Amino acid sequence: MLDTAKTRWHPIAASHDLPFRHVFHAQLLGREFAVWRADDGYVNVWENRCLHRGVRLSIGINDGRELKCQYHGWRYANRTAGCTYIPAHPADAPARTITNRTFPAIERYGLVWAAEEPLGGVPEVEGLAEGSLLALRGIPVNAPADLAVERLRGYRFQPSDALDGNAAEISIEAASAFSLALHARSGGAETLAVFFVQPVDSGRAVIRGVLDTAEDHPARLAILRRHNEALSKLREAIEREAAAMPAPTPLTPEFQRVSPELAEMPALSADARKAPLRVQAARKWQAAEGIAGFELRPISGLLPTFQPGAHIDVHMPNGLIRQYSIVNGPGETDSYSIGVKFEPDSRGGSAAMHESVREGDVLAISEPRNNFPLRRDAVKTLFIAGGIGITPLIAMAQALQNQALAFELHYFAQSQAQLAFPDRLETLGPALVPHRGLSPAETAAKLRELLAGYRNAMHVYLCGPGPMLEAARAIAAEAGWPEGAVHFEYFKNTNEIDDSTSFEVALARSCLTLQVPAGRTILEVVREAGVEMPSSCEQGACGTCMATVIEGEPDHQDVYLNDAEKRAGTKIMTCVSRSKSPRLVLDI
Amino acid sequence: MTTQPKCTDPVILNLWHPLAAVSETSVGTVMDTVLLEERVSYAVGSDGTVAAWRSRADLPAGSRVDAGSIAEQLPSKSAYGYVWTTLGDAPAELFPIPEFEEPDRRRLNAATMGVNVSAPRAIENFLDMGHFPYVHTDILGAEPHTEVKEYDVEISAERDEILATRCRFYQPMASTASTEGADVDYIYRVPHPYCSVLYKSSPVDDKRLDVIAIFLQPMDQEHVRAHMMLCVLDEDNEDKIIKRFQQTIFGQDKPILENQFPKRLPLDPRAETPIRADKSAIAYRRWLSQKGVTYGVIPAAA
Repeated sequence: MLDTAKTRWHPIAASHDLPFRHVFHAQLLGREFAVWRADDGYVNVWENRCLHRGVRLSIGINDGRELKCQYHGWRYANRTAGCTYIPAHPADAPARTITNRTFPAIERYGLVWAAEEPLGGVPEVEGLAEGSLLALRGIPVNAPADLAVERLRGYRFQPSDALDGNAAEISIEAASAFSLALHARSGGAETLAVFFVQPVDSGRAVIRGVLDTAEDHPARLAILRRHNEALSKLREAIEREAAAMPAPTPLTPEFQRVSPELAEMPALSADARKAPLRVQAARKWQAAEGIAGFELRPISGLLPTFQPGAHIDVHMPNGLIRQYSIVNGPGETDSYSIGVKFEPDSRGGSAAMHESVREGDVLAISEPRNNFPLRRDAVKTLFIAGGIGITPLIAMAQALQNQALAFELHYFAQSQAQLAFPDRLETLGPALVPHRGLSPAETAAKLRELLAGYRNAMHVYLCGPGPMLEAARAIAAEAGWPEGAVHFEYFKNTNEIDDSTSFEVALARSCLTLQVPAGRTILEVVREAGVEMPSSCEQGACGTCMATVIEGEPDHQDVYLNDAEKRAGTKIMTCVSRSKSPRLVLDI
Repeated sequence: MTTQPKCTDPVILNLWHPLAAVSETSVGTVMDTVLLEERVSYAVGSDGTVAAWRSRADLPAGSRVDAGSIAEQLPSKSAYGYVWTTLGDAPAELFPIPEFEEPDRRRLNAATMGVNVSAPRAIENFLDMGHFPYVHTDILGAEPHTEVKEYDVEISAERDEILATRCRFYQPMASTASTEGADVDYIYRVPHPYCSVLYKSSPVDDKRLDVIAIFLQPMDQEHVRAHMMLCVLDEDNEDKIIKRFQQTIFGQDKPILENQFPKRLPLDPRAETPIRADKSAIAYRRWLSQKGVTYGVIPAAA
């Protein structure tokens, strides 16, 4: 009786069955696997079914990092088998983790081993030294594995160094339910051959022989050929015998059910942020250490006009939405280029862009919005960028450069390698001043130096990490810069948002009075009432959801408005800010 | 000789099923085929009469026969260019395709192809647009135009059929009469568990729609003969050109369908992972479940 224990390791392929970017179709105890080696060497053993519509992944495409299903182009990641891209839904791809079933795999003795629920390790074989073995071609046999093991006892072969005899003495060194170790001696030559029999199904098996002969033995081909001939004869004999016996019932693998949430058709994206444009990641490159550049080209038609300082929302394959500034110079209107810094601690937006998005992928993006406009009437403009904060400022600097207006771009970065978009920076000539590897104190001293000497009609634009912006704004104020001359854009709002208040909001133009309870935002409540409101970052940093306050006292929690604007109380960021007065009247 | 039918699903048993294209059947000659695991013979008379019966020794394939005079016939009819029969009690009417009667249309059997898959899997493939850029590359779709836009699906209680409307997909070469890429409009109907009718923008007349139907003949639960009916507005291309186009398309689907696993369509909602593009397939699976279809599917556990 065939032992069908799922806890036992079995070979399912030879290592040489996994050449560069191949997908191998394997089977064990009735269950099919798609087996593929990624370019990093990792061997993936997966259920041979795309979770979408059940198409075999063994007919998929191994691109070295991911396996792509042939039917709908879904991509599954090396190691995790998590789905990273669903081409049918570039905009509202659900933020859910679709993960194919994986099985543990070990490479040993030139074979790939797997099991459904393994206990312990791969069988230890004495005398088989790792690394200097010769794996024979797997011989498929239409017979139960136990019959194949039994008949292998009569297998006769010559030692690898004495191929030309026929009188080798064969002894059985070890035997188990699925393997047999045979030793051949002839004169001084001897060879250990271990045969592992893979139970493909109840009535099918593969004989996988491994010799203790070196992989690069000069007679390698002759050895392989001899065994191939002898094993093929043995196969015929075993199959004749098996054909005379009643055929065992095939094993039927059980497929795990997908989780209830994955079984539901995902609802249309509830996010009201719109992404009407479809672009293709035409080029992805390393724009600096840790920063990926993306050139996004329209799928059809023209891209809308952007202004320097504008950003777009990118809707990612994992359902997240992130904002990126367009770095293009004036006149570059056939594509948008953006820079994405890899943030290992983030919630997965930058990781999705770095790891999942590939050249050729389709992304849904918003139209460009400019909440960081550039004045071009300054006698001199200072741009102060920290790290990835260069992106809106590089667009602005290129615009001023093109008009021959006076500016300096001071770019603070850890090192030369972290200066992003060097080709664009180069076009700025001496107006670009990099400041590399400064400590916070040195940065502050440098900012003091740069911000000294304010003259009327000078403007400064700041973009960078929060602490640097805080320092720069304070230094500018000390140095006599009026608030209206200091323009800034934060990456994110790090303020802790207090949403515990409840208040009434009246929409003057829409003639609606709504209640904003604790835990909900003005933006959500307004949208729920059917009033369209644009938004982008939804954390009080970008300025897209700004509304005019007609009456009432706003409770500002954003980082978009400057202090004078906050004091004036005439504008509010509806995504995070609330009301100090019981009632707020907005011009919506 | 009466035998217990091999298919015990009354819903499937009591349907009209297609056997062959009338135009490809030699007149007055016994032809053999398989329907629901039973050997069935059929013949077409010179006046267009059709007949079908359970195969028997006295009427071997190839023998000359008068279609009108055969004893112990199964119900049969000629419709949309095909011979139809049933092994159960046939419903009075076959679903309507009114466009078939329009005089200026070309009507032809584009292909009859054997596919090792269940009929419902083949229907789902016919309803699916998401695979166009990947399976019918540069013909019915092309990267990066991969998006399946939101469309509407309803199960019409009155007509007992599924209707998917407002379907649109970018096609680089939508048919033999098209010369450049365009967004093409589609309407899909599933009026029969194993048949579907597709309407798509006509490249020669923007007010009318080409009709392409797939009629699946279930040989058993996991093998079909797919009959592809065309009813199109195209006065320029030869039959063989039109047929070759559809045969190319279907030839691309066949290896995908034959690698679907399991071959029968699982009706358990947790067997596979749907996305919004699969709305029509989800409606189809529900409809089959509601009808109580068990043949060619893996019914959801009760």
